[in-house]
Amino acid sequence: MTILDVRNLSVDYETEQGTLRALRDVSFTIEDNKIVGVVGESGCGKSTLISSIINLLANNAVLSSGEIIFQGKDIVRLSEDEMRDILGVGVSIIFQDPMQTHNPVLTVGRQMMDIQYRDKTSKEKKKEAAIDMLRVVGIPDPESRLSQYPHEFSGGMRQRIAIAMALMVKPSLLIADEPTTALDATLEVQIIEKLRELQGKINCSILFISHHLGVIAELCDEVIVMYAGEIVEHGDVRDVFHNARHPYTQALFACDPGRIKEKSKNLPTIKGSIPNLIDLPSGCIFKHRCTQRISVCDTSPAMHRVSEKQQAKCHLLTQGKN
Amino acid sequence: MLGYIIKRLSLAVLIIVFAITLLFVMIHSIPGDPVSTMLGPRATPELKASLEERMGLNEPLPVQIAYFFTNAITGNLGTDVFTNRPVTSIIGEQLSYTLMLIFASISWSALLGIFLGCYSAIKRNTISDKILAVLSVSFIATPSFVVSLYSLLFFSVYLGWLPAIGAGDSDDLWDQLIHLVLPAFSIGLSWVGYIARLVRASMLEIMSENHIRTARAFGLPRRWVIYRYALRLAILPTITVIGVGMGFLLSAAVFAEIVFSRPGLGKLVIDSITTRNYPVVMGSVLLSTIIFVVSTTLSDIINAMLDPRIGRQL
Ligand SMILES: Nc1ncnc2c1ncn2[C@@H]1O[C@H](COP(=O)(O)OP(=O)(O)OP(=O)(O)O)[C@@H](O)[C@H]1O
Ligand code: SF4
Ligand SMILES: [Mg+2]
Repeated sequence: MTILDVRNLSVDYETEQGTLRALRDVSFTIEDNKIVGVVGESGCGKSTLISSIINLLANNAVLSSGEIIFQGKDIVRLSEDEMRDILGVGVSIIFQDPMQTHNPVLTVGRQMMDIQYRDKTSKEKKKEAAIDMLRVVGIPDPESRLSQYPHEFSGGMRQRIAIAMALMVKPSLLIADEPTTALDATLEVQIIEKLRELQGKINCSILFISHHLGVIAELCDEVIVMYAGEIVEHGDVRDVFHNARHPYTQALFACDPGRIKEKSKNLPTIKGSIPNLIDLPSGCIFKHRCTQRISVCDTSPAMHRVSEKQQAKCHLLTQGKN
Repeated sequence: MLGYIIKRLSLAVLIIVFAITLLFVMIHSIPGDPVSTMLGPRATPELKASLEERMGLNEPLPVQIAYFFTNAITGNLGTDVFTNRPVTSIIGEQLSYTLMLIFASISWSALLGIFLGCYSAIKRNTISDKILAVLSVSFIATPSFVVSLYSLLFFSVYLGWLPAIGAGDSDDLWDQLIHLVLPAFSIGLSWVGYIARLVRASMLEIMSENHIRTARAFGLPRRWVIYRYALRLAILPTITVIGVGMGFLLSAAVFAEIVFSRPGLGKLVIDSITTRNYPVVMGSVLLSTIIFVVSTTLSDIINAMLDPRIGRQL
C-alpha cells in the first residue's frame, strides 16, 4: 500500500527579489513500512518539501501545483480542521532546529502531555507515557526532568525530546528533518538504531532527511537525491549507492567524507554553487557544475527509469553514454 | 527566583531614595521663599521664622532629607501646614480614589487591547486588521484630556447618561462605579490602541517562531496554540510596558481628576503646589514614586514568573 503519494509538486516563495521556485515538479511515493531518505545540499528544498506535506508552509509560500495524497486524501485541499485530524495522529514530525522546536515557557512535561490531548486516558497515564518515551530516547531521570523547561536541556537532549514526542503519537508516517544533527556520533548511532527498532514496532513509514550519507545507507530502504528544488535521482538505497546514475549523485558520493579512504588535506567538493532559484537557468539544472555536460543539456532532461527500482533525470541516460 | 525578587526589591528602594532626594533639591531650587508665598506680603518676620521652624526649613538640606526619610519609614510624613492634620491620613483619603481610577483604566484597556491585538494578529492584513490599525493609532494619538472633555460633554452634558463630576457617594459602590466610567474611559482609550499594536506585533513575531509550528504540527487545538503557546510569550513585553507606563497613567489621572473634579492624589498635588504646602507635596510625590517603582518591579517579577528563562538567568 502507498501511504504518501506526492505528484508534480511545485512550491514558490514570494520574496522581495522575485519569485523563488523552491520545488519544481517533485513526484515520489512512500510505501507502507518503508524508510525513505532524502539527501541534497543545503537550500535544495528538503525542508520546503516536508512543510508542504504537513500543510504548514511559510506565509510567503505558494503551492503552485501538485497533489499530496496521504492515506487517500489530498492534503493540499484539506481545511485547517481536517488537517488537524491528520497532524499528530497519522503524521508526526521531528523538525530540523532542536533549539527552537519547543515552547520556551512551558515545561517539557506539559508539552508532551498536550500532544496526547486526543487520548481519553487519565493524566497519570499520559505522564507515564511521556516518561516511558523519554526513557526510550535515553534521557536520564525522566520523572524529574518532565517539570523542567526546554532551556534546561542540551541541544542533543532537546533533539531526543523532539524524537520522543514524534514517536509518542505512533504515527503511520514519521517525518524527520535532520534529526541527528545535534547529536555526537555514538548517540547518533544509538538513536538511529532506536528509530529502526521503533519503526518495526509501530509499523510506520519514515521520511528521513539527512546530510549524512552513511546514516541514509544504514537506515533507509530508498533514497531520493534532490538538487536545487528537483529530484534528480530516486531508487533503492543499494542501487543508488552502488551505481549512481546522475552526475550530481556521483559527485555527492565522491565528496562524502565517510567514503574517502586516504587522508588528504582538502576534501573534494563539487565546484560552483547551487543556481539562483529566483532566476532559473534553462535546460538541466545541474549543467553549470556538471563535468559530463553535453550539448543537449541546454534542454531539460526528463526523469528516466533505468531499472525497476531506480530512476534519474539526466540526458546521458537516454544518450546511452552512462 | 527568590534571589531575583530580592534583587529587584532592593533596586526599587534605591530608586525611591534617589528620586526623593532629587525632588528635594529641585523644590528647594525653585526661586521664591516658600514661607512668604504662604503667608502673604504682610507677614511679620517673627511669624515667618516660626513657620519656617515648624516646616523644618531652617535646617540644612541634607538634614531635611534625612528627617524626611527617617520619619517616612515610620509612616510619618509631617503635618499639613494649614490644617495641622497628618499628611499620611490626608494622602490616605485621596489615595484610594486614584488607585481605583488607575486600576479601572488599565484593566479595561489591557483586556480589550490584548484581545484586539490577538484578533488583528490572527486576521493580519484583512480589512478588520486594517480598520483596527487605523483606530488604534488614532486612539494613541488622542491625548486623554481631549477624550475627557469630549466624553464629558457628550455622555454627561448632551446625553445625560453618566454623571459629570465627583467620585460618587462613598457608601454606594454602584454610584462610585458609575462615576468611574468616564474618567477610566478617557485614561484607558489610548492604552487600548497602544496595547493592541504591541500585542499584535509580538503575536506576529511569536506565531512565526519554530515552536509554534511544532505545536501546529501536532494538531493542537487552535485555541491552545494561540493562547497557551503564543500569547503567553507575546504578553511579556506588554507587561513591562504597562509597568513602566504607570508613570504616564498617574499623570493622566491628574488631568482626569481635574476635568471630572474627582478627589485623588493628582488633585491633591496640584492644590498643594499652588499653596506651597510642602509636606503634602512631598508626601504625595513619595507615594507616586512608590506606586511607579512598585508597578515596574511587579511587572518584572510577573515577567520572571511567566518566563522561566529570566528568573534563572539572573
Ligand atoms: N520563508 C521563505 N521565504 C523565502 N525563501 C525561502 C523560505 N524558506 C526557504 N526559502 C528558500 O527556499 C529554498 C529551499 O529552502 P529549504 O529550507 O527547503 O532548504 P533545505 O534543503 O531544507 O536546506 P537545509 O539543508 O539548509 O535545511 C532555499 O533557497 C531557501 O533560501
Ligand atoms: S543532463 Fe547534462 S548537465 Fe545535466 S546532469 Fe546530465 S549530463 Fe550533466
Ligand atoms: Mg532544511
